[in-house]
Amino acid sequence: MAKFRKEGGKRLPAISTASLPDIIFMLLFFFMTTTTMKENTMLVDLKLPEATELTKLEKKSLAKYIYIGVPKRELQKQNGTEARVQLDDAFAKKPADVGSYIAQKRDAMPENDQPLMIVSLKVDKDTKMGVVTDVKQELRKAYARKIYYTANERANAY
Amino acid sequence: MKKREIQEINASSMADISFLLLIFFLVTTSMATDKGLFRTLPPPVEKKEKNEEVEVNKRNIMLVLVNSSDKLMVNGEVMDVSKLKEKAKEFIANPANKENLPEKEVVDIPLLGRSSITSKHVISLQNDRGTSYQAYIAVQNELVAAYNELRNELSVKKFSGRKYAELTEEEQDAVKTFYPLKISEAEPKNYGQAAGGAQ
Repeated sequence: MAKFRKEGGKRLPAISTASLPDIIFMLLFFFMTTTTMKENTMLVDLKLPEATELTKLEKKSLAKYIYIGVPKRELQKQNGTEARVQLDDAFAKKPADVGSYIAQKRDAMPENDQPLMIVSLKVDKDTKMGVVTDVKQELRKAYARKIYYTANERANAY
Repeated sequence: MKKREIQEINASSMADISFLLLIFFLVTTSMATDKGLFRTLPPPVEKKEKNEEVEVNKRNIMLVLVNSSDKLMVNGEVMDVSKLKEKAKEFIANPANKENLPEKEVVDIPLLGRSSITSKHVISLQNDRGTSYQAYIAVQNELVAAYNELRNELSVKKFSGRKYAELTEEEQDAVKTFYPLKISEAEPKNYGQAAGGAQ
């Protein structure tokens, strides 16, 4: 005959949490490797334009960034309120700087990737096209022909 | 003498520490991928061929002008951005084979067979230096939308209801040959107000 168990005779064993640190570490390493710290401090105010037909920028390592916009408030004393071009951490002094900046960035890339370089233009939506056109002309001269107009997703079409 | 056992180090705080690190990296991570419109610029103009402009039949050009107050003019008539997509679609596909829309050419396309396409059409986009970037992107966006919609329509029709994005690479190439993306950006010029459409 089967024995009757005493009520509450056996407690549920505590779930072992010994593997928890391992799991967390795994997640941690995942995020550590995928993280990219923000590469540049922004010197200009950026509100990206909105569009609907967007494609994703697949390989971020191939992208070099050019920012165009009005300098931030605290920088306006030295730099004026006109739209300026930001390359890395400084403003471009003359249009030709864009060309040398691109050449320098391209030289720093592995040789296989050099023809695949993409220049991502992050331009404030209120910028006048004159500045953008100048930059585009410089890019053409520097043979950096693949460009990318970065924009935000807009929910509704016209 | 009683042998002393080495006490095990208490590892229960390990999880907390790694949680802390995890949260730090979670917060600093920017997974947001950049999105935008991809474009290839034309190669730089050589000095000697500077004044030589390629002769294109007038019916093959759709001239889109954007002036400094972000107003739009298409082939000489003022237009709202919201109408641009339909206009561009009609221009690119020329479904009714009209006289004033791009001429068609019969080409053999793998997977699609013999098809007549408007291979010579060009959408010429010209903007003023004073055009705002938002307006420029909006126009670019509408033109790309026109191409995307046409490509989608074609692929749904030809490849048993699959959308363009769901096609294989070869099928996509075939559709791309059918509707090649031809947006040309003019050499920068200075316009005050947009000049007359006919050029």
